[in-house]
Amino acid sequence: MKRINQLLLIVLPAALLFGCPAKPVKQEGVAVEERGAESGLEGGVARGVGEGDAFVGSELDDPRSPLAQRLVYFEFDSSEVRSEFRSTVSAHARYLSQNTGAAVTLEGHADERGSREYNLALGERRANAVRSLLLAEGAAGAQIQTVSYGEEKPAAAGHDESAWSQNRRVEIVYTRR
Amino acid sequence: MKRLLHALLTAILLAPLPRAQATLTIEITGGAEGALPIAVVPFGVEGQGLPPEDVSAIVTNNLKRSGRFAPLQEKDLLARPHQLSEVNFRDWRALGSDYLVVGKVRATAAGQYSVQFELLDVFRGTRITGYSIQSGAQELRRAAHQISDIIYEKLTGQPGAFNTRIAYVTVSALAPNQQSYALQVADADGHNPQTVLTSRQPLLSPAWSPDGTRLAYLSFENKRAQVYIQEIASGRRELLASFPGLNGAPAWSPDGTRLALTLSKDGNPEIYVMNLASRVLERLTSNPAIDTEPAWSPDGARIVFTSDRGGKPQLYMMPAAGGNAQRVTFEGDYNARGRFSPDGKLLAMVHGARGQYRIAVLDLETRALRVLTDRTLDESPSFAPNGAMIIYATHNGRKGVLAAVSVDGRVQQRLLLAEGDVREAAWSPFGRRLILQQ
Repeated sequence: MKRINQLLLIVLPAALLFGCPAKPVKQEGVAVEERGAESGLEGGVARGVGEGDAFVGSELDDPRSPLAQRLVYFEFDSSEVRSEFRSTVSAHARYLSQNTGAAVTLEGHADERGSREYNLALGERRANAVRSLLLAEGAAGAQIQTVSYGEEKPAAAGHDESAWSQNRRVEIVYTRR
Repeated sequence: MKRLLHALLTAILLAPLPRAQATLTIEITGGAEGALPIAVVPFGVEGQGLPPEDVSAIVTNNLKRSGRFAPLQEKDLLARPHQLSEVNFRDWRALGSDYLVVGKVRATAAGQYSVQFELLDVFRGTRITGYSIQSGAQELRRAAHQISDIIYEKLTGQPGAFNTRIAYVTVSALAPNQQSYALQVADADGHNPQTVLTSRQPLLSPAWSPDGTRLAYLSFENKRAQVYIQEIASGRRELLASFPGLNGAPAWSPDGTRLALTLSKDGNPEIYVMNLASRVLERLTSNPAIDTEPAWSPDGARIVFTSDRGGKPQLYMMPAAGGNAQRVTFEGDYNARGRFSPDGKLLAMVHGARGQYRIAVLDLETRALRVLTDRTLDESPSFAPNGAMIIYATHNGRKGVLAAVSVDGRVQQRLLLAEGDVREAAWSPFGRRLILQQ
């Protein structure tokens, strides 16, 4: 366990570095892409864990915090934020309003069905739906960026509903904390 | 002269090196009923130096692949004539072949060939047409495609589309969660694939300029959707649209002077038209719904696009200058990515009904919708420039493959890549032609 922690401690700063769009990441897209599904890790891999029982460090790194949840899932061809994800979005809105230096990128995604360009627009609409909620609950516009990948970056491979339901998503990616 | 030579040498040295790529292989997966029986006799070879391409084999393959012809197998040929005077029509009638193609390839100088061919009507015992084509070694495939076009047009009444290319995107996994994307251009028979762009980030929506020299496409190389235009021969490219939000769905106007696009810079995906000379943008739609995937009618008068303004994605049509949009699709709960046939009479689209996404064509006059494919995740239809076939993307097991279907749904082909996925195909306009002599 300890060794894993050490390993993660090495990985974490790298993840944080890559996650920051303030320095525009030069195209040929380093290995950054899949922050998303694993980005629970990015937050959950607590810096404090190795140092004792009590959790120390940012709330963003606390695996028990609602902030550890960074994914919002959607119904097919819908951009409505379902009630079960409202508390997640609220927690991030609260964090952003209390930490005005923090910033997120909302990555919108769609499942593979239908046309690619329509799915790009749909992913953007999903990201905007989460953005509107964050704004309504106190985050500032300058703290939020949106990007849509449409169906181009699925979280799950496969051509069935179990994969599709994981792919219709918005990923909340912290770029500043 | 010296300067010219120098310029030429420089041009050759600076020309982008074509990278060898895996070739698409084409299988005919359905329908050749009613195909015309034809015999293509292997062409004779004259002069010094064996031609680098088997012209008659390329012609045979093309005709077969079109689904409109059933070429006789080579082993069934009774004789090997190379010109009309050597043909005994009775033999060919006995074989049941309606038409006969004979010819020869003659080396005229180093790397130069003269290809002669004749198309003969077996039952009438007459010559339908015949030409000779001068061709360099590098152009022999083009000559073969052009011969195929002539035969196709004489016997079906429609121009052939063999002398064309397809652009497509290949995706290969470098590591888990790490893909390499390549935009490629190949001859319509899958030969001669060349990579025009590679990226670690998604590439999509390639669109040919009407003169076939440039491609517009969407690239995520800067971590968001932006539109580029690239000259195919030189590789020179230009970032055309990088507004905040989405930049996508490029579509050339038929005269090549404007590009329709989807931009969300004003908060919501809308259709815009950019004048390519002045870069001035004109916004055509204004609706809180998604408006995307514009395509111009061949006469340039109208634009079809996808919108979910009625609740679900459907196709709408508006004047190319903007204005009132009319809904054109009413069957199925998902219709997207409309594309006009070259004669403007049909719209091809992705048609979703009961959870199946297939390629369908809508007859704009009768309003009849015909579903052409039978799989579940078909997308990105693109017409051949003669309107006979539609190329589209689908799945074969877990692999992304391209397929083509005739507009009547009868002929079906699959275009396979040995490794990786292939998707987002766009059929080019008609290619440059070599000079014919009677």
